[in-house]
Amino acid sequence: MIKLYDYELSGNCYKLRLLMNMLGVDYEAVPVDFYPGREHKSDWFLKINPLGQLPVLVDDGVVLRDAQAILVYLAAKYDPSGNWYPVDDPAKLGDISQWLAFADGITSTASAARLHEGLFYDFDIDACRAGAHRLFRILDEHLWFAEKQDRDWICPGAHPTIADIACFPYVILSEEGGISRQDYPAIRRWCDRVKRIQGFIVMSGVFPAGPAGGRLNALSAA
Amino acid sequence: MTGCTDPTILNLWFAIGAEQETTPCIVSDTVLLEEDLSFTLDRVGQPLVWRRDARWPAGSVIDTSDVSVTLPVKQAYGYIWTCLGQPSADIFPIEEYDEPDRRNLNAASIGVNVSGPRAIENFLDMGHFPYVHTDILGVQPHTEVKEYDVEISESRDEIVATRCRFFQPMASTASTGGADVEYVYRVPHPYCSVLYKSSGQNPQRMDVIALFLQPVNQERVRAHMLLSMLDEANDERVMRRFQQTIFGQDKPILENQYPKKLPLDPRAETPIRADKSAVAYRRWLSSKGVTYGVIPAAN
Ligand SMILES: [Fe+2]
Repeated sequence: MIKLYDYELSGNCYKLRLLMNMLGVDYEAVPVDFYPGREHKSDWFLKINPLGQLPVLVDDGVVLRDAQAILVYLAAKYDPSGNWYPVDDPAKLGDISQWLAFADGITSTASAARLHEGLFYDFDIDACRAGAHRLFRILDEHLWFAEKQDRDWICPGAHPTIADIACFPYVILSEEGGISRQDYPAIRRWCDRVKRIQGFIVMSGVFPAGPAGGRLNALSAA
Repeated sequence: MTGCTDPTILNLWFAIGAEQETTPCIVSDTVLLEEDLSFTLDRVGQPLVWRRDARWPAGSVIDTSDVSVTLPVKQAYGYIWTCLGQPSADIFPIEEYDEPDRRNLNAASIGVNVSGPRAIENFLDMGHFPYVHTDILGVQPHTEVKEYDVEISESRDEIVATRCRFFQPMASTASTGGADVEYVYRVPHPYCSVLYKSSGQNPQRMDVIALFLQPVNQERVRAHMLLSMLDEANDERVMRRFQQTIFGQDKPILENQYPKKLPLDPRAETPIRADKSAVAYRRWLSSKGVTYGVIPAAN
């Protein structure tokens, strides 16, 4: 069975749990004590990933690091419909890849801000937030124009792709880094659409769409 | 913002870091009540805390005998505690911590942008379990908070809530299924709470989860979590993951509280939020004259 070296509060690990759940793929999560144990820097883990980063996925003798690379692998291998990552459509693969790189940019800004606030990482918080807002502005505009063409997702087509999964976690967790999404209405609507994809699951800090979300808003407003 | 001038709060002990996360003779920085502090452990594991000094920046190696002016310090429950004022008597007791078959561990120290009293109030509130900790600490339609008792302990100056019961699908890592779980809550310190819940492994005894809040300022805390569990089956990373999952679910709820300070005026918020233990906690803070992290009631 697929093994995912996993940390619950990591948005990059969540990307993979999310896609595997949407694809109906079974896996075994191996919990890694990222914090406070710093197990991702331990000798045994560095043998699996010398970069000392989560997540890592092991499947059939294939050992992969990097959340975006693993999304590519999972979709190419386990999605027979080819919707999530259409391997025979070069233009679309190029488009998806450019948004996978964009997702890395979200990690180094919005996720870094969240680590600063929650786990006291020594980052320049103002630079992290400014960088995240710059990317969110670009994404919001992109999604706004997409909506004008009746498109729901980051890349053209009726079905979401791994580009949506790659970008979603650290966008939806941004407020933990003090980055409000108030000024990004198209991003907010897109987040709601992602939450309605069949097989969507939450992680700590992410709430489901629909009645439960509404109820929570009522609670925190009270 | 000016520093803390609340004498009740200044004279309290606060946890500022886990011993296990502190490397001996390496300087760690933190902030308590808006004061910049540094701390470490010496070669034999004794903690020391001092007001930050440019000679010893964070991460540097230090000869602890060089630090001549230090703050009061204690070790308790796996954490380093200090006090900026005149420290009161001992830190409140958690007797279970010393029971030989307990697994004691520092689950996490996590930064949360909310006042300490708001975080304590959320910790005491069972009503949010089915909505925020869905399928773990609660599940719909089991949403009712049953009648329970709250009192100020006669032997100690602390709030105690007893006879709390809640249906939980997966109360802890040692649970095998849903069960009606009994809770006891203590608030022995304005910024700390200790919760006892029937153990999944041995229903006659209770697991202990304690929350020690370190106020960075009036609207930000470091939340230190201690687990003292009866769980022979699971290793530490599994117990930590469980607790961090729960706390990660609370975090956005806490950070969306408005205002971030806890209003002590009984009329300030709707009665839904102010259930029995929350009312007792607010009154207790008022009676102590606490002003830090709260909006005091108008006289
Ligand atoms: Fe909670």
